[in-house]
Amino acid sequence: MGLWKVSISPHVRSNESVEKIMWTVVACLVPPLVLSVFIFGIQTLIITAVSVASCVAAEVLSQKALGRRVTVKDGSAVITGMLLAFVIPPGVNYLLPVLGAVMAIYIGKHLLGGIGYNIFNPALLARAFLLATFPVAMTSAWLPPLSDMAIFSYLGTGIDAVSTATPLALLKEQGMAAVIEQFGAIPNIYTTFLLGWRPGCIGETSGLLIVLGGLYLLYRGYITWHIPASVLASIALLTWIFGGEAYLTGDPLLAILSGGALLGAFFMANDYVTCPTNKTAQLVYGVGVGALTVLIRLKGGYPEGICYAILLMNPVSAVLDNWFKPKRFAPVAGGAK
Amino acid sequence: MSNGIRFNGLRTRRFYAWLQAIKVSYFKRLTVAASGFIQVYDMTSFLTFPQGGVHPPESKQMTSQLAIEEMGAPAELEIILGQHIGAPCTPTVALRDEVKEGDLIGEVVKGLGVPLHAPVAGKVKAFGASAHPMRVTAPSITIVTDLQAAPVRYTPGDWSGLSSEELLKKVHGAGVVGIGGAGFPSHVKLNPPADNPVDKLILNGAECEPYITADHRQMLEHSAEIVEGAKVILKILGIRDCHIGIEANKPDAIKVMSQAAAAASTPEFNIMVNPLKVKYPQGSEKQLIQSITGRKVPGFALPSAVGVVVHNVSTTKAIYDAVVLGKPLYEKIVTISGKGIKRPANLRVKVGTKLSDIVAHLGGVTPQLAKIIMGGPMMGFAVSSLDIPVTKTTSSVLFLAEDEIDANPHSQCIRCGWCLEACPMGLEPKEIAIHVEAGRPEDTGKFGVFECFECGCCAYVCPAKRPLVQFIRLAKMKAKR
Repeated sequence: MGLWKVSISPHVRSNESVEKIMWTVVACLVPPLVLSVFIFGIQTLIITAVSVASCVAAEVLSQKALGRRVTVKDGSAVITGMLLAFVIPPGVNYLLPVLGAVMAIYIGKHLLGGIGYNIFNPALLARAFLLATFPVAMTSAWLPPLSDMAIFSYLGTGIDAVSTATPLALLKEQGMAAVIEQFGAIPNIYTTFLLGWRPGCIGETSGLLIVLGGLYLLYRGYITWHIPASVLASIALLTWIFGGEAYLTGDPLLAILSGGALLGAFFMANDYVTCPTNKTAQLVYGVGVGALTVLIRLKGGYPEGICYAILLMNPVSAVLDNWFKPKRFAPVAGGAK
Repeated sequence: MSNGIRFNGLRTRRFYAWLQAIKVSYFKRLTVAASGFIQVYDMTSFLTFPQGGVHPPESKQMTSQLAIEEMGAPAELEIILGQHIGAPCTPTVALRDEVKEGDLIGEVVKGLGVPLHAPVAGKVKAFGASAHPMRVTAPSITIVTDLQAAPVRYTPGDWSGLSSEELLKKVHGAGVVGIGGAGFPSHVKLNPPADNPVDKLILNGAECEPYITADHRQMLEHSAEIVEGAKVILKILGIRDCHIGIEANKPDAIKVMSQAAAAASTPEFNIMVNPLKVKYPQGSEKQLIQSITGRKVPGFALPSAVGVVVHNVSTTKAIYDAVVLGKPLYEKIVTISGKGIKRPANLRVKVGTKLSDIVAHLGGVTPQLAKIIMGGPMMGFAVSSLDIPVTKTTSSVLFLAEDEIDANPHSQCIRCGWCLEACPMGLEPKEIAIHVEAGRPEDTGKFGVFECFECGCCAYVCPAKRPLVQFIRLAKMKAKR
């Protein structure tokens, strides 16, 4: 009658898979990318394409070089590529995402053991690397939003000529008055920031689309509320307390809408591999990320801090998982372990 | 009132429980507000266990409406001497002996076990070895069926005058073991340690494994016998309360059993049906006890530690047969299902019937057949041969097609943590697996590897398709308790 398969139970499996999760995340990152084309021009699409292509190539080459199975089809390198493009200024030289991809995929991921074993979020590790090696480009190659939908206007022209400052940099260097001068009164700022019409990274532009993508992942059950909620709540709370001229006068909404807080909270801090797995540990981790973000924003040398905040919390994940174990069903009889 | 609230009420002194209580009360208010949202509403209306669990496709529709069918005796039976956990039997018959249906053919000389009976009238042909799903081969008695012999008819007797000890002796003498799972001898379960007073009997009719409908049909067709069997157990244990837990996906069984329970309840015997939320592994002993009573059985302890004795509904029927009819356990209701068999069915088969006889009886297998499983798809054993005979603990044989199973290769753990959320025991399957892969299985004790009962929830949800149960079994072999 033939040969039959044998294996250890269970013999049925849910229809979820790593591929499905990863490609869904990729799909959730597409709307902000499409919007960014209309805000900053076709430039953002090219940067993202270069970044994704380099990450995919780096993944294939790394796995071949290290003699491992090539798993590029699982989509995780594509996510890294997209996120890397999302956290660098859209006006940088095309070489930067290529270098970043090598850092993220080869050093940050595969030299540490490949998917599941990397300690740091690869995209953020690459961003930190680029920020350290190309500080000028990484802090000044911002593009002001287009006003006329002329999406090809930045191509070919000198990008330096149109550089501008991000709201957080403005806030840091010149104070709230300058921000209001450039972006209009507070209610206007909320709307423009939510929709994305302001200088920044691709991933910093449209808070609305990032949140919608995050909510879809929540709905699918691929992420849980714990990390996004704790990151955003702690950023809002601490900014409200310490972020203003006097205590309790900071603007929590502005803090969440500006910079990469939303992208960080929904797509980076809760990266499966580098965040804790236990829910209690995740809440502590999220508060840690939020607190470090606010600390760097208010007291540190950089206008935006969520990248370093996540990178600083990444290695703590394993410790947090050790401290906050899942609740066992019941104690063991006789008290023995 | 939901089970969660009752449970938390017991531990209000502790801060953690206080936090939980707040959470539950908010949850309750929310669910009332959103009563249209059926799934959430379900969580409060049926009893369940709070931690972990999964919802695999039930796949029971193939056999749930099919009445139990008599298969009849095949020409030859192979009765394995070690039918269940505990000591195997020693044959009490000799080669070429004539036996009658129900005759004693094996007995336990030393250790924990129950006697074995001839499922048919016939002649002992050989003492050999049979194919076995776990042990590869196992010693067995081969009996050639006397196809002319008339089936034995059993008539109900009056058991009300018998003492607890006499009833217990009948249960042991009839070779009754737990039919649902590992086959723990029932008379031992019915005789809990004296220092643990028992106050509740729970009958397990959850049948949470996908595909299987044997208990479902048993409850529909033998509700009165099951309830009568429950009374026997209550009398043996000297208690009054019996809860019958049935998953809500069997509304017909809940109705029939409720009627039977109401009809049979007296001041002396209080039998009730508790509908349970559909969630795997609802039928696991510890989870079932928590769902119905809110009590938590400590690790490595027996249910009697929290005053509960649990029996499967089919085991209860077997106890009824043993005590009221005087019929030993030598027949089994077995669900045969899956896209790989021509005609799915719920069959009453003789213990010792080979799978090949069942396949022949049901018209053969289909070309799509990819995997044969004894037991359910979550915890059953894949077998590679049709020579394996049915034992007292076989509740189903599944013939699954390629699209019903998952044979995807596994990849590295991405630490999504889904296994932690799925685990009903609060263990860390991913850590156990990673440690085994890294060659450190002896370090897995701290992740609770010995509390794992291998329900398979972790491996079911794993998006990387990691064989977590296999890793855990490897860990159990190497780790020290």
